[in-house]
Order: sequence, then structure tokens, then C-alpha cells
Amino acid sequence: MSARAYLLDVAGGRRKIRLFEAGEGRPLVFLHSAGGLTEDSPFLAALARRWHVFAPLLPGYGDSEGAESLRDMLDVTLHSFDVLDALGLDRPMLVGHSMGGMIAAEMAAIAPREVDSLALVAPAGLWLDDHPIPDLFSKLPHELPALLFHDPEFGERVMTAGGDLDDPKFLEAFIIRNTRQLAMASKLLFPIPDRGLAERLYRIRAKTVLIWGESDRVISPVYGDAFCRGIVGAEFVRIPAAGHMVIVEQPDAVVTVLSRLD
Amino acid sequence: MRFIWFNLMPWPDLPEDFREKYRSVWVDIPSALYDPVRGHEVYNTYLDQLEFAETVGYDGLGVNEHHANAYGLMPSPCLMAAALARRTSRAALVVLGSSIALYNPPIRVAEEFAMLDVISGGRLVAGFPVGTSMDTNYAYGRVPALLREQYAEAHELIRRAWAADEPFVFNGRYTKLRYANCWPKPVQKPHPPIFVPGGGSVETYDFCIENNYNYSYLSFFGFLRARRLMENYWQRVAELGADDSPYRATFAQIICVAETDAEAERLYGPHVSYFFNRCLHIFPGFVDAPGYRTIKTIQAEFLNQMARPNIGQAASLSWQELNERGYIVAGSPETVLQRMEELIKTLRVGNIICGIHVGDMPPEKTRHSSELFARKVMPHLKGIWKDYDDDARFWIHPLPQRAVPGPVAVEAAR
Repeated sequence: MSARAYLLDVAGGRRKIRLFEAGEGRPLVFLHSAGGLTEDSPFLAALARRWHVFAPLLPGYGDSEGAESLRDMLDVTLHSFDVLDALGLDRPMLVGHSMGGMIAAEMAAIAPREVDSLALVAPAGLWLDDHPIPDLFSKLPHELPALLFHDPEFGERVMTAGGDLDDPKFLEAFIIRNTRQLAMASKLLFPIPDRGLAERLYRIRAKTVLIWGESDRVISPVYGDAFCRGIVGAEFVRIPAAGHMVIVEQPDAVVTVLSRLD
Repeated sequence: MRFIWFNLMPWPDLPEDFREKYRSVWVDIPSALYDPVRGHEVYNTYLDQLEFAETVGYDGLGVNEHHANAYGLMPSPCLMAAALARRTSRAALVVLGSSIALYNPPIRVAEEFAMLDVISGGRLVAGFPVGTSMDTNYAYGRVPALLREQYAEAHELIRRAWAADEPFVFNGRYTKLRYANCWPKPVQKPHPPIFVPGGGSVETYDFCIENNYNYSYLSFFGFLRARRLMENYWQRVAELGADDSPYRATFAQIICVAETDAEAERLYGPHVSYFFNRCLHIFPGFVDAPGYRTIKTIQAEFLNQMARPNIGQAASLSWQELNERGYIVAGSPETVLQRMEELIKTLRVGNIICGIHVGDMPPEKTRHSSELFARKVMPHLKGIWKDYDDDARFWIHPLPQRAVPGPVAVEAAR
């Protein structure tokens, strides 16, 4: 099982995106979070042991281009359908994490006939005044591990792997990558990650499973209940010893839950 | 050479342990620290100072725009300029708001600026800042990655609204007006001089040069650090084939004048310290929302080793260090004159925004410093750019005959 990474023309050449593809079997499309995705992600590998995985990088992430033409939720939702079209996929299993979950939920709500199998992993997209989601855009790097991970020390090791921020070259690359990514994400998530999804959840017809890390300190698991109230028949599974980055902390447990959609 | 007297209008009562107790002077500072009764006195004192500045000879009076900020208490700079328009008669009203992308619809800015220009008889300098990330993204909730596109569209709308003699249709991405129709229109034609505050964005250089707008570099980090940035600006002016009139550029500088160097430190030291320690205590997470700066600007900053100064670093500097590094220009009139001459020539700027009120400086000291600068320093600097005196593009053109406020007392009935 080897991953392929390639560039894909989307929307008749209007945008060009990076795609990771691996595994075989039923097609599964994975939409990443605001933090992005790398080719060597253990979660992708775990998915690929069971499914034929397609993981597109949103414009602004990696070397995916065309972010300037994506300004709002509708643009990104339609872009994601353009990606499915470019891949020639018909109703793949759709899995999204955090911001990717928000996009997947929008796709399922906007075109319910085109999404029949949906997994939302700690998705963004709703807002509950009593459970405010922290402002990740203003957080300093050292504040993030404790927010994102059940085990902050593990999180810190994951987040600082691969480079030294004291090296000016690495720092420049890091800042530019981070800025491109989060600038794109800000169009969906800033200043409040709510673009009206709550009003549209009722349209979702897909078999839906919601997956949450039990100690998610970014989007509290109470949001899982809110999604369940909005999506008829949705199933909600909490995973212990995992925070918002549940796909990094407990990839196999997430895959086990996803297999319920098979 | 022109001098603009400017006051950020800081809140003067931030507690001594402010840095320890609060993480930021901006964005999430609790408004419980604001006392409106004291604020009544503070606003009126600050307006008095601006009016006083006109009487001692400053060419312009400057106000600006900040939001959720305890060191900049002018969410609406146009309100301040409106107050000044009636009690002043000669000086330019330099409004370094409005952050044109923040108004919905932005024709509001065209209208308010036109009102100010008409009331003041053509004394308005119209500032078109993008606004800081703290103001626009964090306090006003604008999506950072879309802000510059919104700014460009707002700019187009305002310029067209001032130029048009008939209603027009404006079909923008962010603003749609079936009847774009600006009443009143500005006195100054084709429009009031436009100043664009910038902080080193390469796009802003080009925007100013191409439109003949004044590039105003507003920094609290002094002229030594500004050298490289302004060198890049003037290099860009040359590259685009524009003339090098110093009136294309403005620089803001904190200035403290006393009879002697030692007296300056004694009089103003505590207030400068208040400014750098309490007013500039800004949570770094609010400084630059992702997408606020373009990738091109970030790359240029790395290329030029222009990494942003840590805003907090000045807090630990002594009076002498602040002075040596140019964060402040302070001392006797002779000292200040020598330093200002160096500043003006090296940065090649035609306008100085004089930050003479600093931090929690009380009114008597502010007047003292303002007056010494006006009487003993300014006259010697006035002629630095005399070869460019006929460059009228970047300054106000007031009406020759201007109304004066009428009497308010009603004569007793006979």
C-alpha cells in the first residue's frame, strides 16, 4: 500500500490542487482540518488499510493553488464537489475533520442526493453561546498543544517535529505555510466558525456518524449532541484519551468507528 | 516642511500593575478600566491641546482611529475632527482614520469626509488606512484574507462618489448600491489630499505612488529603524518613475522638548515610560491575524531582514536607550533640532506627525513641550525642503474666505 501524491486540475483548470491517494476498496474522501495534512499522516495510512483514500489539500494548503477565488463557505463547498468531479468519484464515503467536517457537512446539506455516507470528526460549523470555541487564530504556538491534544506533551512533540524555529530558513517557511493555510481557513472560521450550517443540517440525508475525542478542548463534545439534534438518525461516538486531534491521538479507534459506515 | 500635532488620546489611568494583571491594552482589555466621568475631562483636555497646537503654529492637527484600545480612544476620528473644525480656523485637519473597509456601506466615509471638508472650508486631509489587525480583524471581525480586497473596493467607491456629478450604479462584490450618490461633495477638487498610513506592506507603496497619495509611516519604533523601510519606499518611487518630492511621505515621531536634556528626562520620563510599558502592552497573538499581511509582504520582510520588532521590547529600555535608538527624540531645543534635521533628511519626509503628548502626560507639560518645539525647533526646520515648496499635491487647499462660528449669545430683548 503506497501513497501517491499528485497535482489535479479542478473546475476546468481554474484551480490546481495537491492530492494524496492510497489504498484500495471503497472510495473515501478525507477533508483535512485548518492545520492541514501531510503525506505521511498515520491517519491516512490507517484509512488506506481499509479504503481507497483520496485526500485533497484545500487551496492555500501545500502547493494547492486558487485560494483567491474561494471567498466563502459556498465557494469552498462547490470547490469540494469540483474535486469529486475531477476525480470521477460518485458518492464516495465523505470524512471530514474539524474545518473539513464543516465542509463535508455543508456538502451533505447542499446536495443531499450526492452524499450518502458521512463521517464528521469533531466538526466545526455550529456555535453555542454557552460553549464558546476558543479563538485559535490569536493563540500563540506554545498555547496550542494543550488545546488541541488530550496529552499536551505528546501534542507538543507532534507539533514541533521536523524543524527548528530558531533556524531562519525554517522559520520563514513555517510562517509562510502557516499564513497561507490559516488565511484560507479564516474565510470559513474567522472570527466565529459559524456560516449558517445550523439552518441547513435538516437537509442531510446521509448515513452519518459523529466522532469526538472525549477531552476535546477546542470544540466541546456537547457540539456532537447539537449536530445529532440537527441530523436525523446520526450516531455519536466519543473516543477516550483523545482531544481535538483525535485522528492523530487515536487513529485506529477512529477507523473502527468509521467502519460502521461500510 | 509641515508639522502635524497629533495625540493618540490614551487612557491616562491604567494601573501600575497593568502589565502583570492584563494581557493586552488592546482587543480584550476590560472596559471596566474606563471611567466615563474621568473620560469627559480627558477628551475635553485632549481637544483643548489640539486647539492650542494651532495657535502656536502647527500646520495640521492629527487624529486617528482605533477600536477596543486603551491607548487610542478615538473609535471615530471624524467626530474629533468635527469638534476641531469649529474651534480652529487655519490648520489642516488630518484624519488618519477612516479605515475605509470597516464601514458598511463605505460611501459613509465619502459622506463624512465631505462633511468635514465643507464645514472646515477645505481643511481636510483624508486618511485611508487599512487599519491594524487588532482593529480590523479582532475588534471588528473582518476576515483577514478578504480585508484588502474590501479596502480596494471601498477605495474605488469613495473616489467615484467624490468625482461623480450624477448618481451611479456601484456593483461591487461587497457593496451594491443602485443609487451611489454622495451629498455633500468635498470642497477640495478633485478630492482632499489623501494620506495612507502604512507599515511596510509593499502593495501599499505602489498604491500610494500610483495614486499620488501621501505614504505615512506610523511607527512607535523611531526613525533609526524606519530608515530601511523608507529606503525601500523611495527605491520603489524611483522604480515606478515617480518624482521624489519629500511631500510624498510622512513620518510619526515621539518628541519631548524641555529647556535642557536633563530637564526633558525629568519632566517627561515617567510619561514615556507609561507609554512604552502600559500603552504598548499588546498581546502578540493579536498583532497579525493570518492573512492580514500578504505573502509578498512577509517574504519581503524576510528578504530585508525586517522582522517586526517585538512590541514589548521597548518596555525594558531606559530613557537614554529610547533616545539613542530614536524611539523618542528628546532633550533641549538644540538637541531635538539636530536629531529632527537628521531624521527629516535621512527619511526624506515632508511631514512630521509630532507625538508630543505621550502616555499619561498632563496638560501643562504637554503645552510646554509643544510650545518649545513650535517656537525653538520648528522655525529652523521649516525651510529644509524649500525647493519643493510649490508642490501643492499633498496638502490642503482651503477656501480663501471661510466662515467663522457665529455668536451664541442672544442679545437681551429690549
